[in-house]
Amino acid sequence: MPDRRAAATATEAVATAAAGSYARIVATLIRVTGDWTLAEDCAQEALTLAWQRWPAEGVPANPGGWLMTVARNRALDVLRRAAVEQRKLRELAVLALTGAGDDGPPTEGDIVDDRLRLVFTCCHPALALEARVALTLRTVCGVPTADIARALLVSESTMTRRLTRAKTRIATAGIPYRVPTGPALTERLPGVLAVLYLLFTRGYDADGEPAFADEAIRLARLLDRLLPGRSEIAGLLALFLLQHSRRDARRDADGRLLTLDRQDRSRWDRAAVAEGLAALARATGDGPYALQARIAACHATAVSVAATDWVAVARGFDRLAEVQPSPVVALNRAVAHGYAYGPAVGLHLLGVARGGGALDGYPLAVAVEADLVARQGDRRRAAALFRQAAEAHTGAERRALLDRADDLAPPPPPDAVPGEEWSSALG
Amino acid sequence: MKYLMFVCSDTEPDTDRSDWPDVEAWVAENDTRGRRLAGDILADTSAATTVRVRNGELLVSDGPFTETKEVIVGFDLLECADLDEAIEVARTHPMAREGRIELRPFLNPDA
Repeated sequence: MPDRRAAATATEAVATAAAGSYARIVATLIRVTGDWTLAEDCAQEALTLAWQRWPAEGVPANPGGWLMTVARNRALDVLRRAAVEQRKLRELAVLALTGAGDDGPPTEGDIVDDRLRLVFTCCHPALALEARVALTLRTVCGVPTADIARALLVSESTMTRRLTRAKTRIATAGIPYRVPTGPALTERLPGVLAVLYLLFTRGYDADGEPAFADEAIRLARLLDRLLPGRSEIAGLLALFLLQHSRRDARRDADGRLLTLDRQDRSRWDRAAVAEGLAALARATGDGPYALQARIAACHATAVSVAATDWVAVARGFDRLAEVQPSPVVALNRAVAHGYAYGPAVGLHLLGVARGGGALDGYPLAVAVEADLVARQGDRRRAAALFRQAAEAHTGAERRALLDRADDLAPPPPPDAVPGEEWSSALG
Repeated sequence: MKYLMFVCSDTEPDTDRSDWPDVEAWVAENDTRGRRLAGDILADTSAATTVRVRNGELLVSDGPFTETKEVIVGFDLLECADLDEAIEVARTHPMAREGRIELRPFLNPDA
């Protein structure tokens, strides 16, 4: 079936070219035309044309260049047909677009600046945080509006409105299409990295897995390459890669979430770990992402929970608790110290972390206590605590916690628990 | 772009009082660089008068149009390349720390 194989190759080529070129096409067209919607539409139309033509006509030698040319010509068409009263603006843009064509392919420097411009504009602090996340996904990563809406749990029409408002605001508020320089770059970069972090952590797909992890990693790689020597970018990239390396091992065959100690470490993505460790070697500072990445690296390089350098993990959380104190960091610090220095130390730090009710209504704290109590040997109390923690959950997490409880001690009489768990515990 | 910079009071001023900027120096700097076209300090809201016309009838009342704790105490008219420049101008005004500043672009950027 050579035809079908050629079509499959072409489909793959469109996907690859889209991943590699979408942002630069949109970024360049925005710079030249100043019109965000026109830029997105033309980039999208170029991809649609590729879907139609490449399977029959073959993949062009330079797929990215082909897409850029088609998108640019499409933009020219639209602008040439634009209303007469906008003639002056239109002529300026047409001039710029044809100029870009006459001067041959843009240099790497031009492309680089355009994509960075786009990222810094989408992540501008004068836009609401939710708008920054959505706009970055839509415009820089080319994720369809419907997919963004689904992952962020809003309706498509709400997401469309949010994106339109953000684009309108960029124009009316006077948000520049520019990469800040000097001290302003240092000041703005953490805001950009925070958007990338949200991209990685906020959206979930139907399986409960991060929906935009690949996009976040791609963007972190891009920033790492375009703004070299910035330790926190390398730290964030390392953190993404090391966390993402566990994606295939995080759940069992039934979709249950597995804690680190229960994951099949042979299913961790070694290539992602290696790239993450290489990035981490360049993250010299003690920023929050580099610290978290160093902790993740302790896990990624250990063959088992027992072989993990828990003293290093505990030290990492000590430092993180200073740099970025939060109840969740305090909780994780208690876990790490529990492994490094014994459950009694962990329980002591858990008590400190709970001070002032900081972890009230946080079911994970109960699960952590259960685990520490289990390791102290009080199986019955640990099982009761796991069951208490399970009450706050549904689905896979609830089942995982009930499994832990059942492993430790038989469940209480049947009238106290739903029948299903009772019979499964007996079976 | 033109921005009207509303200088407002705030119930929670900056607690860090070090390196407090001087408003005269701020005015001189931005006037020299052509970024500040006009501006002044306003009298207390107790001197404000609100005017409305409804069904041909003139309604005059004392006080500002809304009663809030944060009030507009002054204004400056800025001419800046973009929002980033306007933010840079606003952040160095002493009222960015004593109060807060709202930047409102003109609807017609060519005005």
